[in-house]
Amino acid sequence: MGMTLTEKILARHAGLDRVEPGQIINAKVDLVLANELSAAVAIGVMRGMKGASKVFDRDKIALVEDHFVPAKDAQSAKLAKLMKDFAAEQEITHFFDVGRGGIEHVVLPEEGLVAPGELIVGGDSHTCTYGALGAFATGMGSTDIAAAFVLGEVWLKVPATIKIVYDGELQPMVYAKDLMLRTVGELGIDGATYRAIEYHGSTVDRLSITGRFTMANMAIEAGAKNGIFHADEKAIAFVKERTNRPFIVDRADADARYERVIKIDVSALEPQVACPHTPDNVHPISQVTREDVNVDQVFIGSCTNGYIEDLRIVAKILEGKRISPKVRVIVNPGSQKVWMQAASEGVLTTLAAAGCAVNTPGCGACFGGHMGTLGDGERAISTTNRNYVGRMGSPKAEVYLASPATCAASALTGKITDPRVLELAGV
Amino acid sequence: METALRGFVHKYGKNVDTDVIIPGKYCNIIDPVELGKHALEGLDPDYTAKMKAGDIIVADTNFGCGSSREVAPIAIKGSGTAAVIAKSFARIFYRNALNIGLPIFESPEAVDGIEAGDEIELDPATGVIKNLTKGTHFKAAEFPPFMRALIEAGGLVPYVERRLAEMA
Ligand code: SF4
Repeated sequence: MGMTLTEKILARHAGLDRVEPGQIINAKVDLVLANELSAAVAIGVMRGMKGASKVFDRDKIALVEDHFVPAKDAQSAKLAKLMKDFAAEQEITHFFDVGRGGIEHVVLPEEGLVAPGELIVGGDSHTCTYGALGAFATGMGSTDIAAAFVLGEVWLKVPATIKIVYDGELQPMVYAKDLMLRTVGELGIDGATYRAIEYHGSTVDRLSITGRFTMANMAIEAGAKNGIFHADEKAIAFVKERTNRPFIVDRADADARYERVIKIDVSALEPQVACPHTPDNVHPISQVTREDVNVDQVFIGSCTNGYIEDLRIVAKILEGKRISPKVRVIVNPGSQKVWMQAASEGVLTTLAAAGCAVNTPGCGACFGGHMGTLGDGERAISTTNRNYVGRMGSPKAEVYLASPATCAASALTGKITDPRVLELAGV
Repeated sequence: METALRGFVHKYGKNVDTDVIIPGKYCNIIDPVELGKHALEGLDPDYTAKMKAGDIIVADTNFGCGSSREVAPIAIKGSGTAAVIAKSFARIFYRNALNIGLPIFESPEAVDGIEAGDEIELDPATGVIKNLTKGTHFKAAEFPPFMRALIEAGGLVPYVERRLAEMA
C-alpha cells in the first residue's frame, strides 16, 4: 500500500520507511514559526523548562510581529518587545519587525523560508497555508511551539487523508476563494478534523500559487490538520526564485490510501459567500443577493487574500470609481513586499482614490484586533477566513466571507453584490 | 490528574469556537486569571459571573474550533472551570488543553445525558463521569497511550525536559 503526500513527508521527518494514519510519531521540523501573541506565551513556557536555555537552531525559527502591529496599546507593545528581545537574545536569523515583514503566512513563503517536502509548525492555526508549496505545515499552540523551539522536533498523530479533485474551468469572476468556500461548505467546519486535505485536479493545476495559498490557508476552516498541493513546476519556480536551499519534491503514490475522495466540478460554480456565523455557512451569491444585504465595512486583506494578485483584482474593479458612501473599505496588504509592489503598480493610489483606507501590512481587522474593529449591529464583507461571532469585533456584528472581487463589487454598491453583474447594472 | 472533580454544569452547543472562548481583543493578555475574567465572553457574557470555581463546561461537537490561541484553554482554566466534557474537540484545542493541563473528556453519551445545572463528578484517572443529579454514569473515551503518558508525566513541559536530558 502506498502513501499519501502527507504520509511521505511525515515518514521522512520521523526517519521511518512508512507511517500509517493514527500512528504517533516524533518528527524533525524544518522551521518553527511564531507571532508576537503565540511567542509571548511560548517564551514564558520555554523559560520555565529545565535545561532549555537555547533554541535548537537559530536559522530555523521565524518570528513575525503581525497581530497587533503597529502596537495598538502598551500591553501589545509589551508582547512585541518580548518577542523582539527574545529574537536578539537567541540571535534568531528570521525576525520580522513591523515595516520589514507583514502577515506571517504571506512573509514566510515570500522570503523563501518554505520549500516542498519540508515540515513546518507554527503558533498560528493558518500555518497550513504553506501546503500550497508542497510542505507539511500545521498550526499548534504555544506550549507545543516552545517544545519545538528547544527540541527541533514535535510529536504528531499521522492524519488520514481526504483527497479532493477539482475539475472544470472556473467562470470569470470566480476564484480560488470561491472554490475553497464551496469546499468548506461541503465538508463542514469539522468535516476534516484530524485529517489532511490533498488537493488534486485540472482546476487546481491551473491555479496560480496565490490561489493555492488561499485554498491551503482555509484547510483549517474545515478542521483539517493540513492542506497540501503537489509542488509542480510553478511551485518549484516560485521557491527557487527565493532560496538556494535544496529540497525534496514528494509525490503521493498511485496506490495511496485515502479515507475519502471528493470530486467537485467547478464549471458551474458561482461566486460563493460564507454567511454569518460559521465559515461553512456557504451559499452561492445568487441566493445571498435575493434580498439586499447592506454592509458597513468591506475588509480586503489577511493571509487568505492579502496578496498582490488580490489587490490587483480589487483595483481593477474600483479603478476610476468611488466606493459607496454607505461603506468604509479597509485594505491591509499582506506584506511589506506586497505593499511595495502595489505601490509601484499604482494599485494603492487607485484604491485610495476610490475611497479606501489603505493600512500598513498586518493582521489588523481580520481578527478584531484593531484597525477596523466592528461595532454593535454592524455588518462586514471580508476577504478573510473566519466569521465566528465576535471575530471582527462586537459579538453583535455580522461577517460575510467572500473573494476580493465580490468584496470589491460590494464596496461599490454598499450591499453584497455579485461581481459578475456589476457591469450589467452599470455601476 | 488524580482526585475526582465535582461541580455544576454549564451547557453549550456545537462548534464553540476560540473567538467566543476568548475574543481576539484579549489575546494580548498573558495572565491566566485576567484571561479567565473573559472566558466564554463572546458566547455567554454572564458565564464568569454565574460560574463558581470547580464548575464544568459540557458542550456538543467540535469544541474549541478556530484559532490556535493557547489562551483559549488558559482562559477557561483561569476562570476556575475544572474541566470540559464535549462530544468532540477541535484538534489544536485538544493538544493545547492537554499541554496546559485543562482536563478534557470526550463522551457523546455523557453530553446527551447531562443538563445545565446538573451536579456531576468526574474521575480523570478512569474517565468515569457520574451525574449526581440524575443518578446516571458514563465513561469518557480513553486517551491513546502516548497521550496518557504525556498526561501522567504532567503535561508537555516535563516530557520536553526529559527529551532534552536524553539528547544532551
Ligand atoms: S491575517 Fe487573520 S487569519 Fe491570518 S494570521 Fe492574521 S489574524 Fe490570523
